[in-house]
Amino acid sequence: MSDTIVSVTGLNKSFGNKQVLKDVSFTCKGGSIIGLLGPNGSGKTTLIKILTGLITGYEGKVRINGQPIGVKTKETVSFLPDEPYFADWMRVKDVLSIFADLYHDFDYLRCLEIMQRFQIDENMRIKTMSKGTKEKFQLALVMSRHAKLIVLDELIGGVDPAAREVILDTILNNYREDQTILIATHLIADIERIFDSVLFIKDGAIVLDDNVEEIRSKTKKSIDELFREEFKY
Amino acid sequence: MVFDANVPIYLQIMDDFKKQVISGVYQGGEKVASVRELAVSYGVNPNTVQRSLSELEREGLLYSERTSGRFITKDQDMLKQLKSAYADELIDACVKQLTELKFSKEEILKQMKERLEK
Repeated sequence: MSDTIVSVTGLNKSFGNKQVLKDVSFTCKGGSIIGLLGPNGSGKTTLIKILTGLITGYEGKVRINGQPIGVKTKETVSFLPDEPYFADWMRVKDVLSIFADLYHDFDYLRCLEIMQRFQIDENMRIKTMSKGTKEKFQLALVMSRHAKLIVLDELIGGVDPAAREVILDTILNNYREDQTILIATHLIADIERIFDSVLFIKDGAIVLDDNVEEIRSKTKKSIDELFREEFKY
Repeated sequence: MVFDANVPIYLQIMDDFKKQVISGVYQGGEKVASVRELAVSYGVNPNTVQRSLSELEREGLLYSERTSGRFITKDQDMLKQLKSAYADELIDACVKQLTELKFSKEEILKQMKERLEK
């Protein structure tokens, strides 16, 4: 692990009079896999949208690879949103050529390799894909960019347990040591073994930021158990 | 391998390594797979694997050569000791449970012997 890739200091964001992020500060080291964990409506997606430049107009300092959010940082961030964004009429190969045009760091061959693993064919139409297949296809695209930061929002939400294994395997197989992966999810039990550290976000504030192995040795609990306790209704 | 999510994963990987050495899956002097390969096969974060290997190195079970990777120690005494220590650990756990159930040492020994000869 090396330099800081993400650095957020005193981030506040409101929609109207509802404050959705409250004095959020954290850093992510290069070469680590970080879980961003919180229940629905805790501010995960808002935070991610700020990191990826989709939401502007906030207070505080947000830096990716030392740069303020903008065109430059979009080049360094590969983003998997929580909803598919392809047009139904497209074929897989259309999307591939868009990615190849848009991102100079897109590794076409790697993408084909991952797609093969997921049994996705270049001639498939987006329209005929199941929710899970769309998710896998998007993951293949996102993991095929040599981006410094990979942000995965609601990963594995739409796929069955067997496919989750393949997805985690794909991430471990394909991420490079200089890449940082930020994964927002609430399916913690399935995925916690691949994290370096986790951030718990509750009502817009960070309530825990620690290394997962430290958490396990300190609390004798799994991350999943700890989450269930922290966010008990 | 299925992990117990309440226990640090690096400890469980260390344990798995020791078992593989004891049972002879890994031989003394054998090269250990790379961090990346192990991470994928265990399905865990590479930094976790790294930590397990560093700890095993510190304990002397592994040694690393700058350019060619990590290897299982060739020290036969150490391997013997590992085997014996591991057996002690399992026996201790068993004895502890039986002692809690008010078995005497003699009874435990007798039971153990009968069981083994069965």
